[in-house]
Amino acid sequence: MNKLRTLEDMGPGEQGTIKKIDGGHGLQRRLNLLGLGIGKKVRKITSEPFRGPVVVEVDGGQIAIGRGIARKVWVGPVDENSSDGKPKRG
Amino acid sequence: MRIVLMGNPNVGKSVIFSRLTGTNVVVSNYPGTTVEFTRGTMRFKGEKVEVLDAPGVYSLEPVSKAEEVAVKLLRDGDLVVNVVDSTHLERSLYLTLQLLEKRIPLVVALNLWDEAKHKGVEIDVEKLERFLGVPVVPTVAITGEGVKELVSRLDGASPGNLELGEQERWRRIGEIVSQTQKVYHKHPTLLEKLGETSVKPLTGVPLALVVMLLSFTIIRFIGESLISHVFEPLFEFYAPLATKISELLGPGLLHDILIGQLINGEVDYLQSMGLITTGIYVPIAAVLPYVLAFYLVLGFLEDSGYLPRLAVLVDNVMHKLGLHGSAIVSMLLGLGCNVPGALSTRILETKRQRFIAATLMAIAVPCMAQTAIIFGLVGRHGLSSLLIVFSTLLIVWLALGLLLNRALSGESPEIFMEIPPYRPPHWVTLLKKLWMRIRGFFVGAVPFVLLGVLIVNIFYVSGVIQVISKATAPVVTGLLGLPEEAVVALVIGFLRKDVAVGMLLPLGLTMEQAAVASVVLAMYFPCVATFAVLVKELGVLDTAKAGLIMVTLALLVGTTLSQVL
Repeated sequence: MNKLRTLEDMGPGEQGTIKKIDGGHGLQRRLNLLGLGIGKKVRKITSEPFRGPVVVEVDGGQIAIGRGIARKVWVGPVDENSSDGKPKRG
Repeated sequence: MRIVLMGNPNVGKSVIFSRLTGTNVVVSNYPGTTVEFTRGTMRFKGEKVEVLDAPGVYSLEPVSKAEEVAVKLLRDGDLVVNVVDSTHLERSLYLTLQLLEKRIPLVVALNLWDEAKHKGVEIDVEKLERFLGVPVVPTVAITGEGVKELVSRLDGASPGNLELGEQERWRRIGEIVSQTQKVYHKHPTLLEKLGETSVKPLTGVPLALVVMLLSFTIIRFIGESLISHVFEPLFEFYAPLATKISELLGPGLLHDILIGQLINGEVDYLQSMGLITTGIYVPIAAVLPYVLAFYLVLGFLEDSGYLPRLAVLVDNVMHKLGLHGSAIVSMLLGLGCNVPGALSTRILETKRQRFIAATLMAIAVPCMAQTAIIFGLVGRHGLSSLLIVFSTLLIVWLALGLLLNRALSGESPEIFMEIPPYRPPHWVTLLKKLWMRIRGFFVGAVPFVLLGVLIVNIFYVSGVIQVISKATAPVVTGLLGLPEEAVVALVIGFLRKDVAVGMLLPLGLTMEQAAVASVVLAMYFPCVATFAVLVKELGVLDTAKAGLIMVTLALLVGTTLSQVL
């Protein structure tokens, strides 16, 4: 079963593993460089109100992401085999 | 020989730079770009060596201006010190591998080593050295730990010989990280918890208000103390000299321009209006202390990690104005002095953003001098009148931003940035930055202020002001409801806002008139120095557009205000 949600839809405190990124090579590259590659474990911290940015935690650091980008990052249930440290990238 | 410091943003690169170099540090633009980098010197093996602090980047693919400059600086360098964030080894190594591919002698500083320890991150330095083939030195820049060893190992710097594609690079990083790094689970520290609390809206917004209130209280305290204990005594010391010059000159044209009018036979710093009396007293004794205090506090908020959180909190509002959260830094800088504020709009990505940010700042963000004016003119009518003036400016700022975002074609890019953890700032680095900003105020603003006084005085003596005043009188008295005597003041305000206030004060304006006058004074034109920066940064055409918006809006708002009040 495929239960993917975007970073925008995650609730505060929820965790997940990045499964899919909509968007071209450029966006994937930018996300990768801040640690948001496919296979990475993320924890949602908050969404700022009035369509403000989304804040997530990855690799123990915080990243702020505008809604437009947050909507393109799809997250599934935490995948313990490929969490911190050993990223799988496609 | 030239050493280039390279690393991701927020890894303490500037603190390492500060540790390596002495006090002789300059900020310059890379030729042909608006990206700034810092340059200094250090002694290495008895030789004077140049050290360049490149802008913080995540990769060497020239997709942003900062990366372009970093790549160019790399070409000028003989040796690279790659400052790596030990708490984010994986992400940092991307740049490291790219540097190894450039085949330039490299040394890696594993900075934030202490923070990594606290976070439960363990890195096998020897193994990492073997993987990379270059010296790797753990450092804690803020305490100076490891910096000596870093310098001693510069000799052993060796170039890499890798040749990787993007996918291979990430694969290689995965391999290195899995074999050199162990992460143990640790409970979040108090600072980490605070870091989360301050971006969550329910707790973050009240906290932001407290931080702002506290900041302004501290700024006021430092500013006032500096004035009464340092700057006023300094000018008392200077008074006899000014009097002497006045006597030597005798009455005449030159006296009127340099010294101005004597009040009761003596030089009066606030009312004489001469170039070497009021002209230097106001920027140095009345404005500089607050600018200094302001940038000290702002630097602390920046380096401790609070400002990025504020940027995230206000991003939703800024986005609707066509900007993003980071632009709040320009606006805050503008509250100190519009000159560095306007210069800082360079960091924004698009021309559209720079135009919106610079225009909003010039029109509706009062600098320390303007704030002092508003307090002087309106403050004696009580708190509610101050509130009227500042909330009018805030409304103008918001409304104009919304309008410009609608009217100008193009998109407003989204925020996408790392929020660094809270850290104690490094005082020397902080003071160096403060010094560079103050120098910017001296070099960029003060000469123009003096030029402004000179021009006003020449216009005044030659009668030009009186002619212009006659022509604009119907607007000032008719639309704005101000007395006729205020016309001259407002015309002079184009060049010198503080002089204008000096002339408005004795008129005994009502609260309503004072509010209208200070709003119009704040809005219709920035100071000459800011204007010069705008021309340099935006070009003549866009500055003309911004100027047109300012004058129109100032009249519109002034007229409305005089009707409503």
